[in-house]
Amino acid sequence: MKEFLLGKLDWNSLPHEWFTIGGAGFFLTLFLFLAILLTRTQRWKWLWNEWLTSVDPKKIGIMYFIASGFMLVSRGGLEALMMWLQQALAPSVHVLGAQHGYLSPDHYQQIFTAHGNIMVFFVAMGFVFGLINYIVPLQIGARDLASPFLNTLGFWLFIAGIVMVNMFFFFGGEYAATGWLAIQPLSGKVFSPGVGVDYWIWSLQISGIGTTLGAINFIMTILKMRAPGMTLRNMPLFTWGSLFSMLMAVTVFPLLTATLFLSFFDRSLGTHFFTMTGGGDPMMYTNLIWMWGHPEVYILMLPAFGVFSEVVATFSRKPIASYTSNVLGMAGVSIMALSVWLHHFFTMGASTDVNTFFGLMTLIVAIPTAVLFFTWIATMRHGMIRFDTPMLWFLGFVTVFTIGGLAGLILAFPPADFQLHNSLFLVAHFHANVIGGVLFGIFAGINYWFPKFAGFRLNERIGRKAFWCWIVGFCMSFMPMFALGLMGATRRLDHYDASTGWQPFFIIMLCGGIIISIGTALQIAQIIASVIQRHRLYDITGDPWDGRSLEWATASPPASYNFTTIPTVHSFDAFWETKKRHAHPKPAYEDIMIPKNTAAGIYISAFAFLAGFGFVWHIIWMPIVGIIGVLFVFIRRGFDDESEYVLTAEEVRKAEELRAKENEKRRALYSAAQHEEEMGVIDFVRYVIKWALGPVFAKRSKRA
Amino acid sequence: MSESPLSHHEQHEAAANERVHFGFWIYLMTDLLMFAVLFACYAVLHNNNVGSPSAKELFTLPLALKETLLLLTSSFTCGIAMVTARRGRQTATLVWFLVTFILGLMFLALELSEFHEFIHEGYTLQTNGFLSSFFILVGTHGLHITSGLLWMATTLFYVMKRGLNPPLVRKLGLLSLFWHFLDIVWIFIFTIVYLGAYV
Repeated sequence: MKEFLLGKLDWNSLPHEWFTIGGAGFFLTLFLFLAILLTRTQRWKWLWNEWLTSVDPKKIGIMYFIASGFMLVSRGGLEALMMWLQQALAPSVHVLGAQHGYLSPDHYQQIFTAHGNIMVFFVAMGFVFGLINYIVPLQIGARDLASPFLNTLGFWLFIAGIVMVNMFFFFGGEYAATGWLAIQPLSGKVFSPGVGVDYWIWSLQISGIGTTLGAINFIMTILKMRAPGMTLRNMPLFTWGSLFSMLMAVTVFPLLTATLFLSFFDRSLGTHFFTMTGGGDPMMYTNLIWMWGHPEVYILMLPAFGVFSEVVATFSRKPIASYTSNVLGMAGVSIMALSVWLHHFFTMGASTDVNTFFGLMTLIVAIPTAVLFFTWIATMRHGMIRFDTPMLWFLGFVTVFTIGGLAGLILAFPPADFQLHNSLFLVAHFHANVIGGVLFGIFAGINYWFPKFAGFRLNERIGRKAFWCWIVGFCMSFMPMFALGLMGATRRLDHYDASTGWQPFFIIMLCGGIIISIGTALQIAQIIASVIQRHRLYDITGDPWDGRSLEWATASPPASYNFTTIPTVHSFDAFWETKKRHAHPKPAYEDIMIPKNTAAGIYISAFAFLAGFGFVWHIIWMPIVGIIGVLFVFIRRGFDDESEYVLTAEEVRKAEELRAKENEKRRALYSAAQHEEEMGVIDFVRYVIKWALGPVFAKRSKRA
Repeated sequence: MSESPLSHHEQHEAAANERVHFGFWIYLMTDLLMFAVLFACYAVLHNNNVGSPSAKELFTLPLALKETLLLLTSSFTCGIAMVTARRGRQTATLVWFLVTFILGLMFLALELSEFHEFIHEGYTLQTNGFLSSFFILVGTHGLHITSGLLWMATTLFYVMKRGLNPPLVRKLGLLSLFWHFLDIVWIFIFTIVYLGAYV
């Protein structure tokens, strides 16, 4: 009976170590705070109706940003700092019961595993999906996605994955200690008997299925819902990047799903796919997981490439140089990236011929990537470049990504890889590419499109400071890592001997990490400062940067139906052409079909989570209830034929008139606030202190 | 566009319908890739039969042939059912899908009886890599058949309840795509797993 009700759960599963108590306490406090806040302001209904059940891709995009930003700061970033601190302290300090530094080797392993998973799955992936959600429909002149329901379902499965990855704080107290891909046989039942790997499997499984559904949806949207006149050759480059990325996602995420299931069967049903005994083959796992794992980083990278193409053209005030080469470059990257996975394990005994093939393929990927770089640099040539923050992030990307990419070319040679494999050189290489490429791309994108999301621009002064913190911090924390790798320091190192002389390098790296954290804090400050000074930064026209593609042709933020009249497109710089010809279309109102909100995605994800949690702990009733629940909601939703309602032309006209009136008010506020000076960091700190001490001053003045 | 005889609403419906079909095709391709992984595993592991007879000694071809014929026939009846559905003949549609359903059920029963026999003889999915990959590959296909049957049953229930309206015909169209897809996967299983054992 206990097996049926509680499975392996018992009192020992509850938090009893400092980090689980801390983590569980943090999340509980946060929820309590949010619950009180929502109750006090009577916003529960608003939250549910306006946001959680919304199928508007713009709102879902914003929710992706919030979730990923939260995971970046509270988990992924914190874990990075914890690792740097451990490495800096390891030879000279031992506290909290650890033999070296302050973390036990096992705990350290869990941290770097979680760091990798969270940064790739729940930070980078979430931000990229957020950008695609918000921007792609606008860029192609569509009102919505092909399937609004699949979109909300994908988002909520992503959230279920996030909850699952944090669940070990409350139950079990351990995460996988296997590295982010849980290579076999280490992650098999024999070597990892605990629930950590099961949490790993189910958080990736649930969110991965969400990714596949999302990718199908975006492919349908991009290929079937473009505005009239937007042939593939007229498609904006961010949309192209997203399309390639999503095509790769539908190609490789099914491999991940299947591999995770097999891994789960090995652990729970006792099958022999990847085991050392019984005729299993651990190398098969390595191949399968990297067949997904390598393309996965390109799935993140291609939309970022697209962001940079948009940014560089807009801020150079020139069309992108050789649009066709740019698209072909992205196509080349995405096709070749599917056949390089073996370079992750050159040392694992494949024949020379096989290693040579994959080494060559890896080197060849550099060619389409270089083509992309040359189109961007050529775009800047003779351009009238403005150095706003998005452009700064682009320039930072060009520098850092090139360093990372060249280091990657060194690693692509199998003989060199035999020396550098599993060293910190490798870690420095992929961080230069993922931070310099993906993360900087996300930051560029957020700074660039923020006016579209919020209706006002981001503060430039603090934004520039944040950028410089990131660049300096990045160089300090990852350049020494290249050196350490060449000196022989291996990755996943929780301690080393003081006689190696590595400690100064690790201390510099820690300082770099702290500077990056300051950069992140400044980015949060940048957003808050922009909210404070929003009147001054209002985007009245919907086109703050003199943009080129269709997302700038509509208001900021856009109405739920995106465009009153679907624009007709004649070139890849559709909006730019319209502006040049002063051919703004006259608004003609028409009936618009709007999808109704639905909570089905939330229910399905909740049931999927229940099933996953049951599988982790072998609680028999949970998967049964979970799977039946998923099927039930799915069928109910599938046979609901009234998922849309009509917004009549008259209603649209009224809404648009109301918006125009609102905009007049905003214009007045905007011109009144123009004399204000833009907040700098010090102004911001002063403002915050004044606000925090406000009640005190108020009391004092009352007394006086 | 403005000369089009279709109303705004109908155009919207038609476009949405086309998109759903396209999306369902992409979904089928992702499912096919999952099967590709399982086939690859079987290809790698099928000789690792420590503690069990080899594939050739274990499988009985006549049984697999029966399963194949059942499933192929069910695809055929499913095709007829779709023709009748597109012509709006509700009773015929129900009857032909019922035949399809029964054939699918018989296929499933045969497959389960084969599994049962193996397990009874002590050859389970825990025995070795060969049997793990066999059970999971064929079992995943069986699970798909089961969900296809569940889908069929629900859709037919709604056809009886609401009548054969255009949205339901579209859903039946997707279902028939799914059913033919499973047939194709089975042909590969029959060829690679069962016939392959005799090569």
